[in-house]
Amino acid sequence: MKKRTFLASVAAAAFATAAFAGSHGDGPVKAGFIYVGPVGDGGWTFEHHQGLLAVQEHFGDKVETVFQESVPEGADAERAMTQMALQGADIIFTTSFGYMDPTINVAAKFPDVKFEHATGYKRADNVSTYSARFYEGRAVQGHIAGSMTKTNKIGYIASFPIPEVIRGINSAYIHAKKVNPDIEFSVIWAYTWFDPAKEADAAKALIENGADVVLQHTDSTAPQAAAETAGNVITFGQASDMGEYAPSPRVSSIIDNWAPYYIARVQAVLDGTWTSVDTWDGIGPGMVGIGEISDAVPADVKAEAIALRDSLASGSYHPFTGPLNKQDGSAWLGAGETADDGTLAGMSFYVEGINGDIPN
Amino acid sequence: MGLSIQIDFLLATLMVSSTPILLAAIGEMVTERSGVLNLGVEGMMIVGAICGFAIAVETGSPFLGFVFAAIGGALLSLVFGFLTQYLLSNQVATGLALTLFGLGLSSLMGQGYIGVKPPSTGQINIPVLSDLPYLGRILFSHDLMVYFSLVLVASVWAFLKYTRAGLILRAVGESHDAAHALGYNVIFVRLSAIAFGGACAGLGGAYLSLVRVPQWTEGMTAGAGWIALAIVVFASWRAGRVLLGAYLFGGITVLQLNLQAAGVAIPVELLSMSPYLITILVLVIISSDRNRAALSAPASLGRAFHASH
Repeated sequence: MKKRTFLASVAAAAFATAAFAGSHGDGPVKAGFIYVGPVGDGGWTFEHHQGLLAVQEHFGDKVETVFQESVPEGADAERAMTQMALQGADIIFTTSFGYMDPTINVAAKFPDVKFEHATGYKRADNVSTYSARFYEGRAVQGHIAGSMTKTNKIGYIASFPIPEVIRGINSAYIHAKKVNPDIEFSVIWAYTWFDPAKEADAAKALIENGADVVLQHTDSTAPQAAAETAGNVITFGQASDMGEYAPSPRVSSIIDNWAPYYIARVQAVLDGTWTSVDTWDGIGPGMVGIGEISDAVPADVKAEAIALRDSLASGSYHPFTGPLNKQDGSAWLGAGETADDGTLAGMSFYVEGINGDIPN
Repeated sequence: MGLSIQIDFLLATLMVSSTPILLAAIGEMVTERSGVLNLGVEGMMIVGAICGFAIAVETGSPFLGFVFAAIGGALLSLVFGFLTQYLLSNQVATGLALTLFGLGLSSLMGQGYIGVKPPSTGQINIPVLSDLPYLGRILFSHDLMVYFSLVLVASVWAFLKYTRAGLILRAVGESHDAAHALGYNVIFVRLSAIAFGGACAGLGGAYLSLVRVPQWTEGMTAGAGWIALAIVVFASWRAGRVLLGAYLFGGITVLQLNLQAAGVAIPVELLSMSPYLITILVLVIISSDRNRAALSAPASLGRAFHASH
């Protein structure tokens, strides 16, 4: 008796799942978004949410969007994604590096649902990856930072030791060094994407140690506020313009513009042409924007920075152009040689001149 | 580069960094001493953060901001109080729900305040003391809330140890049936303790949004409430140890960031886990004390009280 009830309920569950799966065909396409921070972080997640809003506006009734914010990277992310897939999402954007393995795991269970993982490198038939070449923006920041620092100390608030962050540090360092051979980088690994109090403390510690430029690879505007309080310190908006701190301390910014990509991918689902791809776009296609360079930057530096941005956009200049050595002094790129995407995607070393070790 | 860390700067930031968790923890300790486990500290903190921020921005007065942060935190905690004390809901579940509710409510309330800058909370300058070469910067150049939090810890300690009301509160926490039999109003005592805890958490949150960061960002407490809860256990429900725990945790967090900024050649992994590691170590040392009774939690902690007999 009991066994029969059990079997019946299993059958019912299977039927319900099938019904769910069948419902994908009718009605609007459902696009889901998993965010690592709150939509009001003013940085990374905020910009992904702007992408969602753009999708909603572009497609109107044809697409339904759902999102879940502040999803921790790790086991809980799988739960959130599974729930979204069960609720009938047709395409799910998972917008943080730490969702890589959870995305792959959940995608294997829902072969009919398309997944798009940001900044990762693991793909499957129903998992695409997409990222932006933030390091191009970092080159511009490094140039301005190196030109403007008076103490020759540049602070960098890093989040996690992953290739994306290491690329950013290297790119900023190379271009700061180019205009000012005396600069020194000090890097703080905060081990968080979003913790305003900790980010503020990290910024204060860097400033107290003599840094008059603070670059950040964390998502909140807290370091901007700390720099403003300290005075005579410049910062750059991260992921979002953070224009409320312009013209100083925020002198420029890297702006992530995900909207065109999100619209294109949802369109592909609507058309039935979606395939697993790897997208990595930079300043040229508009995925990375350089926020307005404020008047706090001297006119000649500003002109150089804009020229640098344009040469990156046109592809005539690559931020990682040799001769470049690795931190240990071994040769990496010969004169005129540029780094290939494979090396960049898995970058796990500092370039020559940066002090300190990358934590494992 | 070596050890070029400025000790005075470090100690000064230590006090600022620790104040939010200290305020939240001392409030929660009083709540728990009355026998109520309120896991909603995070939610009350963040609601306090936005209440204080909004009022300070609208009125231009950080002082009013802090007052309303305390009121906001206390009001939210009384929702918890009503549910657990009158409707006898499960304290753990209700506290967790309070955190979720507080996070949502605060981001709703904070919609118009993202990117707004608060009026600055002045640091007090004591004519002679603040100018002392070394101690001046460490001890005598903070804002009033830092000193208020220290006074609060001392007051709570004295209240619990020396006053009749404090004794009643502890009695309620140890055995609500006995306290009830003696004629004390268990529900009233607990609601007062819950409101006090909420007010303190609200103040801690407002300290984050008005002084330490200072700005409003959704979810800005980022787990500080949970650390405050852990510190209460760490402190084995004693006011003095709450202070020790909060300063130890806050201090090591600041220290590790400063060591990184100074480029000290200690593996970053080690530095990053040091606040947790050392907190655990101290916990082990404290609990190995022969006076084990000191460790024990209030006997009625987390138990619902219903005056049916």
